[in-house]
Amino acid sequence: MEYLYLAYVFFKIGLFGFGGGYAMISLIQDEVVNNHHWMNAQTFADVLAISQMTPGPISINTATYVGFNVGGLLGAIISTFCLCLPSILMMYFVIRFLFKKKGNPTIKRLIDDLKPAIAGLILSAALIMMTKENFSDAGIEECNISVIICIAAFICTFFLKINPMILISAAGLIGFFVF
Amino acid sequence: MMTCLQLFRIFLNIGAFTLGGGYAMLSMVKQSIVEQKKWISENEFWEMITIVQTLPGVFAINTALYVGYKIKGKAGALAAMLGAGIPSFFIILLIAMFFVEFKDNESVARIFKGIRPCVVALILAPAIQMIQSANLNWKTFFIPFLAALLIWQCHVSPIYIIVVAALGSLIIRRI
Repeated sequence: MEYLYLAYVFFKIGLFGFGGGYAMISLIQDEVVNNHHWMNAQTFADVLAISQMTPGPISINTATYVGFNVGGLLGAIISTFCLCLPSILMMYFVIRFLFKKKGNPTIKRLIDDLKPAIAGLILSAALIMMTKENFSDAGIEECNISVIICIAAFICTFFLKINPMILISAAGLIGFFVF
Repeated sequence: MMTCLQLFRIFLNIGAFTLGGGYAMLSMVKQSIVEQKKWISENEFWEMITIVQTLPGVFAINTALYVGYKIKGKAGALAAMLGAGIPSFFIILLIAMFFVEFKDNESVARIFKGIRPCVVALILAPAIQMIQSANLNWKTFFIPFLAALLIWQCHVSPIYIIVVAALGSLIIRRI
């Protein structure tokens, strides 16, 4: 029975989650903490902290973690799969539709017109991440180092087109030795 | 088959480095698929991101599915999605099983103090590139900045921004 709930809840989160990870967090918290009591608020905050430190989308991380705690390995697989299922179904139909209507002027215009707003969405994701916690709240000196890392990484990726994976590894190493 | 394997490997790498949420993968997908492999053009890439962002679902999974499909059909979509999802699934599983104290580890915390500002830059860069590629004029220049401001400062849900932008487009183009 618990498996069915897991499947249902994460399918719902996958279906109604717009605009990427951070916008989904409150939706996940509502379901997992408030409605189903699968974890308390403190554990949820821990899962978020772990999600920030491990690769992958936050929603997938949370689904895997909650699924494992509620229903073991099978629970983890069910939750993660059901979270992705709406994406799979929707992309299947939307992609087929778009490929069939390729060159349709109305759709092309709509996509062109949406582009600036979507760029704004991504810009907001970067702005939302510019918090004290992400730039070290342990004093002005550490904060300065964080700002330098951010600016240097921006120059490296934007102008010099250096591979982002190299940048992340380098930033991690710098963090380990400097902080 | 070769391409599917390559897609899987590329997205497995990207999946393992997507730290701090799905958007961090934007820079990496662009670097691997557009700049290195040249499988799709930059214009097509931004068009894809627009479509993917407009739809609900897990952004990283949607992106992997779309890019994979565009390059190698259904098999490509499956390969890219599995690649993008597998690293995070197994790493979280290991943490849930064995080291929940992982987040309190002092060395890990130091490493992430370095990584977080870098991730901010990795999301900021594609946002600016996308704004540049949107061919804005003096009448539309405000749109990305207003949208970002509304979400960032006024906590407006992205869904409303998308709906208003789509309606605006339909109405203005009709006139």
